[in-house]
Amino acid sequence: MTGRKNIVAGIVAFLIALAILFPLLYCLSASFMTEKEIYATRVLPSGLGLANYQKALQQAPLFKFILNSLIVSVSCVVLQLFTGSLAGYAFGCLEFKGKNALFKIFLATMMIPGNAIIISNYLTIIDFSLIDTHWAMILPYMTSAFCVFNMRQAYKSLPVELHEAAVIDGASSFQYLMNVGAPLTLPSLGAVGIQTFLSVWNQYLWPMLVTSKTSLRTVQIGIGMLNNSDAMAYGVIMAGTVVVMIPLVIVFIIGQKTLITGLTAGAVKG
Amino acid sequence: MNKGRKKPITVEPYLYILPSLLLFILFVFYPFAKTIWLSLNVTNNNGGVISFAGIDNYKATLTSSTFWFAMSVTVRYALMVVVGSILMGLICGIVANEMFRGRGIVRTVYAMPMAISSACIAVIITFILHPTIGILNKVLGTQYRWLRDIKLALPSISVVTIWMNIGMNYIFTIAALQNVDISLYEAGAIEGTNFFQKHWYITMPAISPTLFFLLIINVINSFQSYAQIRLMTQGGPGKFTTNIVYLIYRETFENMRYSSGATMSVLLFIVLFILTSIQFKAEKAVTY
Repeated sequence: MTGRKNIVAGIVAFLIALAILFPLLYCLSASFMTEKEIYATRVLPSGLGLANYQKALQQAPLFKFILNSLIVSVSCVVLQLFTGSLAGYAFGCLEFKGKNALFKIFLATMMIPGNAIIISNYLTIIDFSLIDTHWAMILPYMTSAFCVFNMRQAYKSLPVELHEAAVIDGASSFQYLMNVGAPLTLPSLGAVGIQTFLSVWNQYLWPMLVTSKTSLRTVQIGIGMLNNSDAMAYGVIMAGTVVVMIPLVIVFIIGQKTLITGLTAGAVKG
Repeated sequence: MNKGRKKPITVEPYLYILPSLLLFILFVFYPFAKTIWLSLNVTNNNGGVISFAGIDNYKATLTSSTFWFAMSVTVRYALMVVVGSILMGLICGIVANEMFRGRGIVRTVYAMPMAISSACIAVIITFILHPTIGILNKVLGTQYRWLRDIKLALPSISVVTIWMNIGMNYIFTIAALQNVDISLYEAGAIEGTNFFQKHWYITMPAISPTLFFLLIINVINSFQSYAQIRLMTQGGPGKFTTNIVYLIYRETFENMRYSSGATMSVLLFIVLFILTSIQFKAEKAVTY
């Protein structure tokens, strides 16, 4: 591209950005509005009162919802990175019989849409008596082909000499994995971790099916409950929505570089 | 490539693969087989098998107008969402690839929808679309009942989904754009191409593998939308926004007809499998 600053492109870019941000900004704005202001369909509130936030936190245990979402999402991230690193290391660095066939079996799971097996998984969770537990939300998401695939790519790109040196030094494979592999695959762990966090945090149907107690609800279901509690209290609903959006926006802003480079590296280079 | 030295065969590699393999068996392959099994049987209210039904469930589903209506909703919705999402990603990518002040902020904003859950944006847009107090009707000076109108409800939900998809489509598009060989554009500039010619004749072919990848991802995702429909219209008005996943949910968990839900799940898998295969074939035929 030319080094010249392109003013037209800049204006267009900001207009699009504003359009994308509009729902979020309007949500923030409405979260400060009184009921009267909501009814009058104002664009901006007259003040920055926190009454809606107080009401939202009284009506629904939002922090409990956030805590539940955090427990589930963080557990899934940690467990996926662990199982994914183990399998990724085996597929990327070790030779063994049936490796290609096993890898294909792993990739085949990507072809089965999650919603097509949700009924049977629900029955499994009932059989395990895990309804209304955090485990019900975590167990099916403790590994993923996406994670294994990305960790395999990461381990493949490590120099073979490193692995050989470690083995000559008498390190077991597992020690290599923990002491050498984990630190060196950190960029991939970061990207896959953030992607997993976002997708688990945003799940809706599965957590809704396997929990019924309010105390176990995740934020997505919680926002739905707020939505149904009082149809006209949109100021309160918007305040609740702001509260549950904040943690993820923070995770995103901190992790966006890692996420974007990590996600696109494999896809673009092919 | 992995030209590692020959290692004596040990159980170690298998031990590393075992956790993932067991989980896949338990939560992907077993439920997949079980779903097929349920679809071939008569089930009770708890999803237990009563008797073998052969292909009766498939006959019933494939002759049911409800199923076909949900399929047509799913396809129309997917068309709007896939075209809209890829187009928005492309526009954002091309714009954000230009040089201008404040580009960093713009790039963060374009990727931001990735971090907003479907539940949150669905609730916000429902408020914006509210017939009486919503800001959209006020700005337009209209009184549409966006989510209760049989013509407007599905496009309204599609817009929400497109908004949600912008982030992912944008980041893949811009990553591909940054890899396009600059000399191609320089050659184009000598030929005197204008803005649209430049992107139509140079950019599009160069990033077509990424666009195909996005096509597949967007199709698979749009066929499986649930949260926004549940929160915005509950499948209504009538059945006009009941897509296949919403119908599966209803049949299984509201009507307790597990075998019917399982049958539709298998059909959903088959449809997605065929669509994905066609796209892979098309990719091989078209990309450079």
